[in-house]
Amino acid sequence: MASFFRYRDERIAIGIVERLKRLLSGHLRFMHVCGTHQDTIVRFGLDIMLKEAGIEVIPGPGCPVCVTTPYEIEIAVNLANNGKIIATFGDMFRVKGVKSSLADARASGASVFIVYSVSDAIAIASEHKKKDVVFFSIGFETTAPATASAVLNGVPENFSILSAHRLIPPAMSALIEMGEMRIDGFINPGHVSSIIGVGAYEHISKRYGVPQVIAGFEPIDVMYAVYMLVSQIMRGEACVENEYRRVVRYDGNKKAREVMNAVFRAVDVAWRGFPVIKSSGLQLKRTYEDKDALKRYEDEIDEIEQNLTELMEKQSSEATCRCGDVLRGIISPAECPLFGRACSPHRPIGPCMVSREGSCNILYRYRKSGRL
Amino acid sequence: MCLGIPARIVKVKGERKSLADFGGGVMREIDISLVDVREGEYVIVHAGFAISVIDEEEAEETMKIWRLFSDTETSELR
Repeated sequence: MASFFRYRDERIAIGIVERLKRLLSGHLRFMHVCGTHQDTIVRFGLDIMLKEAGIEVIPGPGCPVCVTTPYEIEIAVNLANNGKIIATFGDMFRVKGVKSSLADARASGASVFIVYSVSDAIAIASEHKKKDVVFFSIGFETTAPATASAVLNGVPENFSILSAHRLIPPAMSALIEMGEMRIDGFINPGHVSSIIGVGAYEHISKRYGVPQVIAGFEPIDVMYAVYMLVSQIMRGEACVENEYRRVVRYDGNKKAREVMNAVFRAVDVAWRGFPVIKSSGLQLKRTYEDKDALKRYEDEIDEIEQNLTELMEKQSSEATCRCGDVLRGIISPAECPLFGRACSPHRPIGPCMVSREGSCNILYRYRKSGRL
Repeated sequence: MCLGIPARIVKVKGERKSLADFGGGVMREIDISLVDVREGEYVIVHAGFAISVIDEEEAEETMKIWRLFSDTETSELR
């Protein structure tokens, strides 16, 4: 294996910043859409280095847990309270729905399991044959093929999927369409891209004239991706380039995409902080209806929905949490009045502070004060 | 969520499963149904599934480009 030390070589990072300083005079704003990128950027202080060259790198809606709506979470919570076993990824556990979280449900006696993989959730179903097991399945194109692969391979009778999967490119287009801010370029998520490939983003550059670079997750990956974006802008081009060539092929992972497309279909869905985004969510195809929790528990969910509508009308207190604005890149976490005061990873209010991929959690973890 | 961890394929066990070495003495069974991979190759693992095979030649190429930035007075960068 190639030696990994260069991925974090500070001299290279400094060399890139120096070159950028010489190239640039104005201010540029790039957005990334991946919690893991945000972790790398804040942990290694890349945002601070780039600021010196007049470049701002801001996080967008790149945290699957964060963009899941309170409504979807509340359905999972209610199914748990109604006696189903819910299995989901760890970050989802403490995020509040409309009223409560899966953690609350477990505290009051419901069965909620944290799993690392869909395979673990299936194992739980095999062990608890007399109970219904629902896998609350979240994640972008990186995760959806795994869920799909499990379904194709056959799952136990008592197992179903509550899908909150989402797709990245539609959200990027939506951000530009909303036009709340200028975005000079996108740093695209490496692992989502390893599945969907370079071509999946090309329509965005063509339509909106915005440059994009797919990047890996080591500090130099991100720094070099920024350099590539600036070079594109200097050349007056807007296209999709691939910095993460060791992992991302032009066509992505065809096998994974076939599996994903065999099981899921794209649907219009709302994201936290966003209105409904066209074809940005994944639901199970009719062929797999018997594995779809939304179908299997249709009557039960209808009832939950009715109660939810009443609840949501009463509630507007969430307005103080600005997670939605953080997800759209409108404010940085430190600009939220709750950050580090009423809201911290120990007592989180919004999902951006709960999830380790949330921008608030990351900023708090590496720079408690929130000062940049 | 989209965290991917590199691991080496140690022992393929049938069509779906393989033992993978994550380094530091961590071995875990992963699902390889989404990739075509051989023993000895490196993969990116996400949520228990290998999602991509790492191309070592591309990794070397990338490093070569980066190296130019650490040489203080390099004139020719692409």
